[in-house]
Parts: sequence; C-alpha cells; structure tokens
Amino acid sequence: MNDIVVLAIESSCDETSAAVIKNGTEVMSNIVSSQIDIHKKFGGVVPEVASRHHVENITLVLDAAIKEANCNINDITCVAVTKGPGLIGSLLVGINAAKAFAFSHDLPIVGVHHIAGHIYANNLVENLEFPSLALVVSGGHTELVLMEDHNSFNIIGKTRDDAVGEAYDKVARVVNLTYPGGPQIDRLAKSGRETYKLPRVMLNQDNYDFSFSGLKSAVINLVHNANQRNESINIENLAKSFQESVVDILVGKTLKALKNYNVKQLLLAGGVAANSDLRARLQVEMKNYSHIKLIIPPLKYCTDNAAMIGVAGTFAYLNGVRDDLSLNGKASLEL
Amino acid sequence: MKKEIQIKNLQETTILAKKIGKQLFPGAIITLDGDLGAGKTTFTQGLAKALNITKVVNSPTFTIIKEYDGDLSLYHMDAYRIEDELEDIGIDEYFFGDGVCVIEWASKIISQIPQERLHININVESVTGRLFEIIPYGEKYEHICEELFYV
Repeated sequence: MNDIVVLAIESSCDETSAAVIKNGTEVMSNIVSSQIDIHKKFGGVVPEVASRHHVENITLVLDAAIKEANCNINDITCVAVTKGPGLIGSLLVGINAAKAFAFSHDLPIVGVHHIAGHIYANNLVENLEFPSLALVVSGGHTELVLMEDHNSFNIIGKTRDDAVGEAYDKVARVVNLTYPGGPQIDRLAKSGRETYKLPRVMLNQDNYDFSFSGLKSAVINLVHNANQRNESINIENLAKSFQESVVDILVGKTLKALKNYNVKQLLLAGGVAANSDLRARLQVEMKNYSHIKLIIPPLKYCTDNAAMIGVAGTFAYLNGVRDDLSLNGKASLEL
Repeated sequence: MKKEIQIKNLQETTILAKKIGKQLFPGAIITLDGDLGAGKTTFTQGLAKALNITKVVNSPTFTIIKEYDGDLSLYHMDAYRIEDELEDIGIDEYFFGDGVCVIEWASKIISQIPQERLHININVESVTGRLFEIIPYGEKYEHICEELFYV
C-alpha cells in the first residue's frame, strides 16, 4: 500500500501552522508560527509576527513545513485544511493557500473541523479505537465528544457559557497575572492549598454540560470583597482552590459519561490538557477503569497546530471525504 | 435619550434582554461594555431567546465571532482579546446585513463600529445587582429605548 502523505494547514484562530503527516501517525514536520522566529529563520520581510497575522505567515510556514519534511511534492496525497469554526478572515487565508497548492499540484482537498483535529491528535500517540470518548478542553471549547467510528462525532456535553481555558485566563487577569493565565495558575496552584470555598456549578446535574461563568464570578466576588475589606488574598491558595473546582467539574462529568457509555478509550484534547492537576486526577481515577485506556497527547499537539489537522484529514480522506476549489470557510461549523 | 435600569439578579437581566430582543430589526447593532462577570454574555443569551435561537449561546471570547440562526441571525462578537483597535477581524462584513450584531467589549474596537447603535454599559453594584445604562444612537435606537418605558 502506498503511503498517505497529507499536507495540512491550520489558521482558524491565532496560530498559522503547516504540517506534513504520513499515514495519520507520523509527523514529518509541524511548523507553528509562534514557535519559530520568522525574522531569524527567513531573514525577515515580516514586520511583526503577531497573532492572527496569517497572511504574512502562511507562505513561510508552508515552505518550512515542506522543507523540514524533506519530502517530494509528488509524494503528497492530498491537502487538508481547517474549514471552521473560527474567524472567517483567518480561515480563508489557510483555505486559499490550500486551494492554490492543490490546484497547482493537482491534488484533492479535504476540509477538516478544528475540533476533529484536536481529537485526532490522540492518534499520534496510539491508534484510535471505538467507541471512544474525548474531553476537549481549550480556550474556546469545553466539550465531551463520543466517537463510534472514524469521522463520527457526537457532542454529548458542552459549556453553556465560558470555555474552561477562557475561565482560566479571566481569573488570571482578576488577580493580575499575565496572559496566558492557564499555565500561571497551574504553577501557583502547586504551592497552594484549597482554602477558598468555590462552587462546582452543574456538577451534580444529570447531564454532561459544563458551566464556568459562575465559578469565574465567584472568584471575582471573592477578590473584590477582600479588596474592600483590605484583606490580602493568598494567590497560591486561590489558584489551588480554583483549579480544584475546575478539575472536579471536568473529571466528574467525564466519569459520569464513562459510566453510561461503554468506551475503549478516553482521549484528552485541547490546550488545557497541559494542566498538571487535570492530568494527574484523570490518571488516578482511570485506575478504576482498567478496561479504558487514557490517552493524553504531547503538549505541542494539544495547542493549535496543523499536525492534528493532517491526522484528522488523513482519516477523512480514507473515508472518502473530498472537497474541491469551491471549499469555503464557516465561522460557526457543527462538528 | 439615555435610560438607566436597576437589575436585582440574573433573571431580571434575562427579562430586560428579552424585552430589547423583541424590538430588534435586521441590521441592528448592540454594543456592550462592563467588567468581567458583569453579565454581558448572560444579557446576550436573553436576547437570543427573544430571537428564538435554540442553540446554546456561549462565550465568543476566544473565537471572537459566533453566528446563530433564529428569527433573525445573531452575530455574537467579543473584542476582549483584541489588542490593536484597528485589527481587521472582518467585523464590517456583518454590519448592515440581515442579522443582529452584539459586540462585547465594544469600546476596544469602537472606531470599527457604526455610529448608529444601542450602547449598553453594565455596572456591577453588588454580587447580583447591576445598573444598566442604555444609550441610543440614532432614531431607530431611540425608539427601542422609549418602548422600554412602557414594558
């Protein structure tokens, strides 16, 4: 069987990224704009490599991805690209680059859902087996997704207000930590104790939905009240208290789903998968579910990247998904 | 004319949002400002109910723009993460269309937003109490504000 080599492009949010993936398991290259010093590497005509500057970045990351993969362009099977959800202007940069490449090399195009990409990052660790359950946790998403087969996604729970990564960033801002707040709160929590009482919103409700807005407001009120009374806040303890609440909710809802769905794998996906307490708690809890394999992708494949789009694109291609030059981006796209 | 409305809790926020939502028209623009946790997304969820949007309306902070279909389309936007006031996020494509634009943290990109709109400041007064300052710019929005006196 011939190798399936996918050139993948992701530009739905802040990162511009390109990757080359072989057979849905091997990363030949994965270039993310924020991770390379484009000035240094390319001698820079780029004025500034800031977020969402996809137009300036796209040809540079594409070029770098193909060079680093050291593959012959004739070996490429298809081009996969994120078609949504995301800012339409950002999506279109990636989509048009994909179309131009596909047109000039006469290759098929496969449009990929951004969240499908996050979930498929797990296939870089171990082949997906079905049914499987994915906990998708990032700045923009908090979802429990049941997969019965490749390319089959059933969202059984989602956030009703803020995404978990967003709650982290906003709480971090309230206590004057710099962006991004998630890693900082995680670091502070390591030397803190759970001394502040914070809510576990919706944890005991009989569904798989999440809510983090109330938790965010509880922290804001707590800090505000302390300020008014001239009391100081122990930031490490607040970080730990917040994180415990978040982990209780995420893990609690996930375990509830595992009790009701007979799955073979639990997949962690999205940037919040980096959270140390979330990983640790899941690893401990999953010892009680020895028949379910817990998979956590390496961090570089959890944050936004094109490798994950290439993996999802490979399986979409194998399932017969084909798009053409009429492919359009969609700001709000259903999984 | 500017109108101030005192809100005691979350439910009253939703009721006010529904009252405003019922009066919206194609191309309507609402700008929202207020601190973290003031209730901008809660207010937008109330508007969505009035537009008969059935999908979950959750925070657009990270994706910046989310679109929903209802009696009128709702374009829910959030400028929280935007650092450069002039950054081109394609927002103007949504104005003057058939849908309703709601923009959270609007003051961060105010120069990109048309003058005629309904502006709402949400001031946090207590744990659940809020003061809504509703400021109409333009005749159509004056009308919405006047109607609020009679409901």
